[in-house]
Amino acid sequence: MKTLRTVAAGLAALIAFGLAGCGGERTDNDTGDRAGTVTGPITVFAAASLTESFTTIGKQFEAAHPGTTVTFNFAGSSALATQINEGAPADVFASASPKNLAVVVDAGNSEGRPTTFVKNQLVIAVAKGNPKGVAGLAGLTEPDVKVALCAEAVPCGAAAKAAIEAAGVKVTPVTLEQDVKAALAKVKLGEVDAALVYRTDAKAAAADVDAVEFPESAKAINDYPIVALKNAKNGAGAQAFIAYVSSPEATKVLTEAGFQAP
Amino acid sequence: MRTARVPVPLLLPAGLGLIFLLLPLAGLLARTPWSTLPARLAEPRVVEALRLSLLTSTLATVLCLVLGVPLAWMLARVSFPGRRLVRALITVPLVLPPVVGGIALLLALGRRGLAGQWLDATFGITLPFTTAGVVIAESFVALPFLVIAVEGALRGADSRFEEAAATLGSTRWTTFTHVTLPLVAPGIAAGAVLCWARALGEFGATITFAGNYPGITQTMPLAVYQTMESGDLEGAVVLSLILLVVSVAILAGLRDRWLTAP
Amino acid sequence: MTALLDARLVVRRGTFLLDIELRIAPGETVALLGPNGAGKTTALRALAGLAALDDGHLRLDGRDIRDDPPERRPIGVVFQDYLLFPHLTARDNVAFGPRRQGQDRKQAYGVADRWLDRVGLADHGRRKPRHLSGGQAQRVALARALAVDPTLLLLDEPLAALDARTRLETRGELRRHLSAHPGATLLVTHDPLDALVLADRLVIVEQGRVVQEGDAATITARPRTDYVARLVGLNLYRGHGDGHTVTITDGFALTSTDSVDGDAFVAFPPAAVALHPARPDGSPRNTWPAVLADVQRHGDNLRVRLDGPISVAADITPAAAAHLHLEPGRELWVAVKAAETRAYPGDG
Repeated sequence: MKTLRTVAAGLAALIAFGLAGCGGERTDNDTGDRAGTVTGPITVFAAASLTESFTTIGKQFEAAHPGTTVTFNFAGSSALATQINEGAPADVFASASPKNLAVVVDAGNSEGRPTTFVKNQLVIAVAKGNPKGVAGLAGLTEPDVKVALCAEAVPCGAAAKAAIEAAGVKVTPVTLEQDVKAALAKVKLGEVDAALVYRTDAKAAAADVDAVEFPESAKAINDYPIVALKNAKNGAGAQAFIAYVSSPEATKVLTEAGFQAP
Repeated sequence: MRTARVPVPLLLPAGLGLIFLLLPLAGLLARTPWSTLPARLAEPRVVEALRLSLLTSTLATVLCLVLGVPLAWMLARVSFPGRRLVRALITVPLVLPPVVGGIALLLALGRRGLAGQWLDATFGITLPFTTAGVVIAESFVALPFLVIAVEGALRGADSRFEEAAATLGSTRWTTFTHVTLPLVAPGIAAGAVLCWARALGEFGATITFAGNYPGITQTMPLAVYQTMESGDLEGAVVLSLILLVVSVAILAGLRDRWLTAP
Repeated sequence: MTALLDARLVVRRGTFLLDIELRIAPGETVALLGPNGAGKTTALRALAGLAALDDGHLRLDGRDIRDDPPERRPIGVVFQDYLLFPHLTARDNVAFGPRRQGQDRKQAYGVADRWLDRVGLADHGRRKPRHLSGGQAQRVALARALAVDPTLLLLDEPLAALDARTRLETRGELRRHLSAHPGATLLVTHDPLDALVLADRLVIVEQGRVVQEGDAATITARPRTDYVARLVGLNLYRGHGDGHTVTITDGFALTSTDSVDGDAFVAFPPAAVALHPARPDGSPRNTWPAVLADVQRHGDNLRVRLDGPISVAADITPAAAAHLHLEPGRELWVAVKAAETRAYPGDG
């Protein structure tokens, strides 16, 4: 009986979660209209590299603003930009690079000016203990070192390209992954020996991978801009969330995750 | 032929079903920039991806035929303990999300995988990030389609023809090649087409197991996804359309030749 | 003459047991005749190697082939619905066996052409089975089975799939080919006419056992089971003979001009039965009251079934029927002349 009840509770939670995720449930049109108070659901589209820290920040925000619920959609920044331009219902867009944010701004789908809230830097993720002894970008050119990079279309790929060019080396990857998490997964599984990923991602996976810092990463620092969206259903909520992301509490979460303040 | 009135309870859902299938296609066609289509086709990246797609899906189909027809024959003609279980297990790749299939393949055939480790140590063969890896991923996902189609054809075929062949002095192997195979040829052809189509559209298992690198593992679906990721929605639509047109042309060509019943 | 085929076939299928002995001489055609479910087809499959023997023995031309797989047995089979390979032409079908026996293409097609010519289909060799008529398909099937030069030829209801007219023509032709076949031939059928026309000897099976065997004349004259009697159109009773009287049941006996003592059969044709509205007087020695059970058309006559001390079938003309008021439940008197009955021993 007990198991059954647990299952039922789990199912109920799942259904509630599913419904909340649908985002089509907003009936209160006066959400956040009154000055100073913010309520209702806020939908945030955020880059995959923000998954851990934004989830924490979202909870803090909800605690600070009772009556709000923050729903995230984490994916590659370029995919998010496409979704937003195709009319996806979002209030805030936090991108891992200005380029992808510009796609949304250029299409006229943003509201107000974007602000940069953090910066991120690349590291070389290698298997625990660094068995191949990779010391810097030059180490990635060794023939027995298999390398995964992000595809150029995604910010980590663009940053990797900039860093590699700055170092003046020629790296031939075996694969161009669609996002930073996929590149990291290949290192975790041992399929590649090294991958260029964000310091934050390497830090989140510290149990499985080691991070090797390299000087050229300073040449390819990634700005993370955030902006409110024109089609936002909860404009006040969007502004409040953007403001909160630059607050000391949120900055602490982000720095602990490995991000740098702008 | 009798052209009786079609009952509304059948006509209505049938029509809706057709619309449901064709509407997304219409969506693609509506967004197609027809003028740039020829130029796209000439892009080396597109030609490369298309060539790779056709090559790997054809090789995958051949591999599926070589492995799948005997497997289907065993299931249809030989009774062995656990046959029902085997038949159920064969459908696993059908229900498994392809990305999970890709991870499962990495865990089995990857550099650190169950069998992959041994392949690497003994023969120096690593499958991930190779064109062979693409063929493996596509075959894994497409094989059930072939086995199910061929087993159905074998069960439908009259096994007494095989007995007749035996009384004429034919061994089981000769009977298989001279009687069974020709009898179920239409079923095998149908299975091969399904298998080929599934392999051609394969994305998740391929990108996970074989990675994404132009000219080596980047098939058309991967190229489409990457193009979309880079914010080039129109480009993605054009590439999809090329894939669609090529596959439909090939299938239509085959149909006239040997997909019609003898 | 020594037997070419010498077999005892024992096959168990759940509660059904087939246990028959068969011996066939070179050039001889034996018909295995029996009702549906008697085990005829099981026997044929056992001979062909398509069903395993649970017991018994199987020797062909002195060689033990009991454990040989079908492809190693010197047999040819004509299946009930022929089973011509639909993807091959008639010629390829016939050449299939010789090819599998290791002959090269030229030889095999030579054999195939000869056989197609022999069955009168020389100009049909390029046709696929679906473009052949039923009779033609039957002949191709026969040619295919004979092309492997089998020591034992097996035919499973070879004419059952044909319409009545084609059947008549094909039967005669089949007879010609079977008598030309130097090996042993076993014909499985439920049609007594096929058996009588095509076979030299009949073996009758019921419920997995041989109930009677012999040449056509003996079996038609002296049936030993109800099934055989019905097959050859006779009323048959078993009883105890005491000279010219055979007691069938307590207090009921039939008189025959034949004399037999001990276990005995009495048989007479339905046409020998006369029906009377009242007790007849005069010569017939066998008369008894009976109740009409049913009436059916039987050729130009009517076949009447009657219940009484024994149940009996009678054939009467429509004219005779007219004044008898034939309706179920009608009471009539049955009369059979002693000279029209045949009595013979029941054992052996």
